[in-house]
Amino acid sequence: MYITVRDRPGADQLRSGPRARVASTVVLLGVVSMLTDVSSEMVNAVLPIYLTAHVGISLLGYGIIDGLYQGVSSLVRVAGGYAADRGRRPKWVAVIGYGLSALSRIALLPAQTMGAITSVVVADRLGKGLRTAPRDALIADAADPAALGRSFGVHRMLDTIGAALGPIAAFALLLLLPDGYDAVFVVSFAVALVGLAVLVLFVPNRRLGRASAAQKPSRRDILRVLTTPALRRPLLAAALLGLLTVGDGFLYLTLQQRDDLAAQYFPLLAVGTNVAYLALAVPLGRLADRVGRGRVFLGGHLALLGAYLAAGSLTGGWAATAVALVFFGAYYAATDGVLPALVSRLVPDNGRATGIAAAQTVVVVARFASSLGFGALALNLGTASALLAVVPALAVALPVAAWLMRPRPDAAAEAA
Amino acid sequence: MTSRTRLAIFAAVAVLVVLGAAGYVVRQAARQQAAQSAATPVATNDDLAAVTAVPHLAFRSTALGDTYGRVALAPLSDPDGPRTFTRAACERVYARADTAICLSAHRGLVTTYQSHLLGPDWDVRRELPLTGLPSRARLSADGSLVATTTFVYGDSYAMPGQFSTRTLVSRAAGGPSEDLEQFRLLVNGKQINAADRNVWGVTFADDDTFYATAASGGTTWLVRGSLRERTLTALREDVECPSLSPDGTRIAFKKHGDLPAGQWRLAVLDLATMRETVLAEQRSVDDQAEWLDDSRVVYGLPRTGGAAATSDIWVADADGGGTPRVLVHDAWSPSVSR
Repeated sequence: MYITVRDRPGADQLRSGPRARVASTVVLLGVVSMLTDVSSEMVNAVLPIYLTAHVGISLLGYGIIDGLYQGVSSLVRVAGGYAADRGRRPKWVAVIGYGLSALSRIALLPAQTMGAITSVVVADRLGKGLRTAPRDALIADAADPAALGRSFGVHRMLDTIGAALGPIAAFALLLLLPDGYDAVFVVSFAVALVGLAVLVLFVPNRRLGRASAAQKPSRRDILRVLTTPALRRPLLAAALLGLLTVGDGFLYLTLQQRDDLAAQYFPLLAVGTNVAYLALAVPLGRLADRVGRGRVFLGGHLALLGAYLAAGSLTGGWAATAVALVFFGAYYAATDGVLPALVSRLVPDNGRATGIAAAQTVVVVARFASSLGFGALALNLGTASALLAVVPALAVALPVAAWLMRPRPDAAAEAA
Repeated sequence: MTSRTRLAIFAAVAVLVVLGAAGYVVRQAARQQAAQSAATPVATNDDLAAVTAVPHLAFRSTALGDTYGRVALAPLSDPDGPRTFTRAACERVYARADTAICLSAHRGLVTTYQSHLLGPDWDVRRELPLTGLPSRARLSADGSLVATTTFVYGDSYAMPGQFSTRTLVSRAAGGPSEDLEQFRLLVNGKQINAADRNVWGVTFADDDTFYATAASGGTTWLVRGSLRERTLTALREDVECPSLSPDGTRIAFKKHGDLPAGQWRLAVLDLATMRETVLAEQRSVDDQAEWLDDSRVVYGLPRTGGAAATSDIWVADADGGGTPRVLVHDAWSPSVSR
């Protein structure tokens, strides 16, 4: 039925080689993500202070809002992927997603109550959930198949640069204009609009599924993607590893509790991770193109193991904290962009966005479950010991995941 | 569309958006300045010694202008009249006898917070440790004990990104600070060891005894604490931010009940009978109340409607009757010195 299943990068590598240029569409999508992330991180950075000091919502209330973030985003993700595949116009689904998030910035101006702000935050996350899979499908479509990992690396690097610049921009603005939260929201909206303009005007509106050009893929064609044998095992592996992935919050909390130094500079922990992530995104993407995406994905979880050890160890200090953050950034660099690169080669082109969405949802849901489980564990052991308790479990899971993700000769034969 | 048209449209959009945003920022800056210079300057009275000599209220002044955030005093005989500004600027302040605890913010790329103990002349006497966003500050009656509560990012277990508290008790005279989370928490005689224990909102009874809120696993308790024995003993559920009356018989607190998340009602609990009375204030109050005298409590409420970030101090009867009214306009974080 499907003709273009390609599960390993090796086959056409000789033709294009690692020197091939990253497609301009990929760079443009990176710029769109960068601007959107500047915009969203500007708001995220000031939202806690804004809510508590100016709207009068307690920080506990904010925690509840924040929890909504995760759930909403993963729910609509698959819907976004499906819509992109069904209409074969991922760009327009992405435009709706980016547009929704942009509008949510300006909607913060009149929103003054807990209910209104919750709706705005949910709208923003709906947008994020909708756009992620179609955008990654566009990247996979535009990228040279031999440079998929590198292309996703370039995109994630630009995206992370935006995430790092956002808070700086917001606080610089507040320094200039004390209590100017409205100004932060307006500037954030402006930045998001420019990003949206780049997407609408410059990213080509490619029709996906070039192999079976004539008709739209049926619902069954798309849903069949989800049950592709080639996809099943890698997804199982991703779920297994996701279940043993402790959330950022817990890792930072452990670091913070260990060195009281870290507590004062809490926001810098995320900055440290982001710097490592953006520095390693492209090199690890290249590596994935060379040695196989599955291997780098697994290697990323090895780095995660290193991060747990460095964060859970009793001896603290800046060196140990820095090592933990570099490992954590490496984990993100080796998994976040590599997973869609991996998946997009396992599923037929006409179900690519759905496949990517499914993989990302599996990871998000597994991590959420892990968050709850780890919370219970941390409650009884304390976070540092709980972190160290996950280490052996992850060490056992890694070879199992490697076995699940091993290249399968039958799939390769199908591809040929 | 040719690529030249696209570029032209993009340039137009970018210019429009940048001009619009810059224009908005400039206009906001101008409006802030205009509001500051046009704000009817609050009536002031420069005689600090005179107001300190009579029973008075100390609070954070939130009137727009150069004095925004400064600590001011007003006599209890005319609390909403002319206020006397001190040199201290605090997010949260509590004054007693010759001492004040001041939690202040230094805004920058990374906003940092400090906890300072101030002397009679409102100068810094001592710096205390502080982690997180200032929330509550309290002194014992003679000013010898200090309690601060801050929100620490990340101390949460079920939801990533949730917040939790850290509460420290220090002696004004010096020595290390005690973290109340390290005290033994006893509920119905059983010790709670869960790592999600949180303690906040201290009110002192004497040199050893204090009341506070402790929480674990979604339940909050009013606890009676002992500094000597390092224990917290739960007395009752659903009591947050207790505040002991001057006669020591009742506790004003915020009660969550079955309200939506992040909302509370003010109530008063009689410690002898454990009977509670919900006060006439219908709005949600997120503050640690302060007793004006043995029959009235005061608390801060953000002012709704206006664009400016201001708040007022309100007063309500402790017996649940009457109608709440504004005691001091443009003010926050009240403390009463009798």
